[in-house]
Amino acid sequence: MGLRRQIRVGSQWMYADEAHRALREALRVMDDEHGEHGGHHQSWIRRYVFSTDHKWIGIQYGFTALCFLLLGFCLMILMRLQLGWPGQPFGVMKLLGATRAPGGILLPEAYNQLGAMHGTIMIFLGIVPLAVGAFGNYLVPLQIGAPDMAFPKLNMASYWCYLPGGLIMLASFLAPGGTAQSGWTSYPPLSVIASQGQTWWLIGMVFLITSSLLGSVNFIVTIVQLRAKGLSYMRFPFFVHAQFVTSFLLLLAFPPLEAAAVLQLMDRVAGTSFFLPSGLVVSGQVLTNAGGGNPLLWQHLFWFLAHPEVYVLILPAMGIVAEIIANGTRKPLWGYKSMVFATVFLGFMSFVVWAHHMFLTGMGTTISAFFQTTTMIISIPSVIILSSLFISLWGGSIRFTTPMLFALAFLPMFGIGGLTGLPLGLAAADIHLHDTYYVIGHFHYVVAPGTIFAMFAGIYYWFPKATGRKLNEFWGRVHFWISFVCINGIFFPMFAQGLAGVSRRLYDGGMQYQHAKQIAAQTNPFMSICAIGLLAAQVPFIFNFFYNAIAAAFGHRDEGLGSNPWGATTMEWAATTSPPLAHGNFEVLPVVYRGPYEYSVPGSEVDFIPQHQPTAIEPAPRGGLLPEKAVAMREN
Amino acid sequence: MDAHASVGHAELEIPYNVHPRPDTGVYNAKLGIWLFLASEVMLFGALFSSLILLRTGADSWPRGYDMLNVPLATFNTFILILSSVTVVMAWSHLRLGNLLKGRIYISVTILCALIFLVNKGFEYSHEFREGRFPKTNNFLAIYFTMTGLHGLHILGGVIVFLYFLGPGAKMWAHDPERYTNRIEVVGLYWHFVDLVWIFLFPILYLM
Repeated sequence: MGLRRQIRVGSQWMYADEAHRALREALRVMDDEHGEHGGHHQSWIRRYVFSTDHKWIGIQYGFTALCFLLLGFCLMILMRLQLGWPGQPFGVMKLLGATRAPGGILLPEAYNQLGAMHGTIMIFLGIVPLAVGAFGNYLVPLQIGAPDMAFPKLNMASYWCYLPGGLIMLASFLAPGGTAQSGWTSYPPLSVIASQGQTWWLIGMVFLITSSLLGSVNFIVTIVQLRAKGLSYMRFPFFVHAQFVTSFLLLLAFPPLEAAAVLQLMDRVAGTSFFLPSGLVVSGQVLTNAGGGNPLLWQHLFWFLAHPEVYVLILPAMGIVAEIIANGTRKPLWGYKSMVFATVFLGFMSFVVWAHHMFLTGMGTTISAFFQTTTMIISIPSVIILSSLFISLWGGSIRFTTPMLFALAFLPMFGIGGLTGLPLGLAAADIHLHDTYYVIGHFHYVVAPGTIFAMFAGIYYWFPKATGRKLNEFWGRVHFWISFVCINGIFFPMFAQGLAGVSRRLYDGGMQYQHAKQIAAQTNPFMSICAIGLLAAQVPFIFNFFYNAIAAAFGHRDEGLGSNPWGATTMEWAATTSPPLAHGNFEVLPVVYRGPYEYSVPGSEVDFIPQHQPTAIEPAPRGGLLPEKAVAMREN
Repeated sequence: MDAHASVGHAELEIPYNVHPRPDTGVYNAKLGIWLFLASEVMLFGALFSSLILLRTGADSWPRGYDMLNVPLATFNTFILILSSVTVVMAWSHLRLGNLLKGRIYISVTILCALIFLVNKGFEYSHEFREGRFPKTNNFLAIYFTMTGLHGLHILGGVIVFLYFLGPGAKMWAHDPERYTNRIEVVGLYWHFVDLVWIFLFPILYLM
């Protein structure tokens, strides 16, 4: 016999695992009885609309964010139609209404609206809520062995600030003069003199900032205070570290944007001149404002948020990819400690690089040199993390599941995105590349085939946790391969366009300029076709997702899937049922005995040892795995 | 107890909600408020930075003491400092188990805050009568923005204190420690709001 711990239950001694099983059964019976008789303390509204359960809030966030992602993507499709075939009428454009697209031909000002809202929706309403609100909310308490977030009501309030913020953004399309059209960066003076939609944008932004503030306080307190007994910081799954640093970025970087939004709101509503210089001439008229303001002030305040924001977009993605790679290679992460320290360092450095977005504002060579240096330094921790993930693959017996495919694709895609950023961080090279399609290519490689692929990986990976059903593997692969090919078809030509000097934000994609005409004509239709292909590739995903989500909602679980289908070590898989208990996640709060990635431990009879497993597993009697035991452990 | 019994089932027991976690030494809300205050530092820090940038970039900058009411603002400063003392008194009496004295001191704190807001109202209406609006010049713009935002923070504090004075005080009957913690947490926020004013007063009125 191996080492089985005995505990005292009442007056009786039992083996710990048997006691655990009995307790679980007793709780299940209680739950069932409760459900029949007295389980209706919580009304439908409290349970599904104003829920305080972090899992349900995570699902609310995830569903809403996916809808916004699709919407932002559709706006981009309209833009790509115009860019691929400038001035051609398209039936779908008529959806925008006669004021924006008379006869199906997109107007330039409507193109600007689409551009501004594509960026805003994708970043503030799509990816951040999905990466932090959905994945963070659902997984962090489970991974650290907590019954819920530290402040469940604040968690609910966070979602209910996010949703109105998003709806205000959407409603701004109905504002007189259309929605915001000064880019997602809302640079003044243009944004201050723009039509009413910009005011709605600012108000929506204040809601979103409030939401992320409530969320980030909650995450940090939860991680620091509610982590399970024995879960020291260096036993955190990497995903928790990523969310931890992300929360600090959200907490400290968003308030300056809130200040900036308040100042811009004052400029627009109370007639102040924070961002308006003296003697500004608009449409041939000299503005009567007091003047004396500084448009660069906005840029500084904005980028003080928006550069850390880039790491808010990428860190949770890295966290997801690290979890999936450790699981899919059946190996511990290579260089876990250096990854953690790199993440913390990245968080600190992200506050001192913002002005590399402003090399062309004439801020002086000394300041440029400073920000150029910090920018080069911040690439080091990113490279450490990415290299560690690559090396983690070495010698692993990789399981090419759908989540693993997306996670693997993340690595080179983020690599391209990161490396193409280096020339932009050098002031001299940036003079040529600034505001060209090269920039668009760069950050889309980071965020689209980078972060969004990681989000897909996360959805395929944790879907069984949330629903008890696995997404279909075949359609998952179809989704992956078409997306992978098409997304590169869209973004890779952008580097060539940018190097040829094609500016971003051009209504016709550059056809009006002699130097840009040729390459625009050669590449834009192809890129637009790829964009449509990418849209088509999402159809199997949407069906796959909804088919399984609805089936799960009606109580159809995959029989035989077990609660830990991937054989994972982290507690969200190993210590809970799928889906976890509605109240408190765990029957008994787990105690942690080991690090997060004990895969393929030599001498162990199964290839993974969960974090809350107390004693070392007995060595296999005659070597080799005992498959039925491994399966039994997974079921547990 | 009765008010909570009905929802008691729905509410989950969150660890370290009331008592400090041994290895971190704080209970959840205390850590939470410190983090919130950190973000507030960034909010007001951004506004102070904007003020510095606008002022250093301006050809001429009006002086606060030429147009604002310095004596009234000095009085307001003392009122706010007094309210910081009274909120500590409220907390310490609650720690000693004296709800009545705790409530008296919370009331004094609210009174101080209201005196501050009324004085601020006098100041604002005086400025408006003199034809000085946010759009008049950038000094007044930043003055109204920052003191207005600070005033909103005061108002928020008043609302929270009123809640704890009235319906929130029911918690004392069944969980006095948690109630005392809540006063401590709102007290930390209150000190921060005072501290912002300690910076605003010299920078806007005296420099």
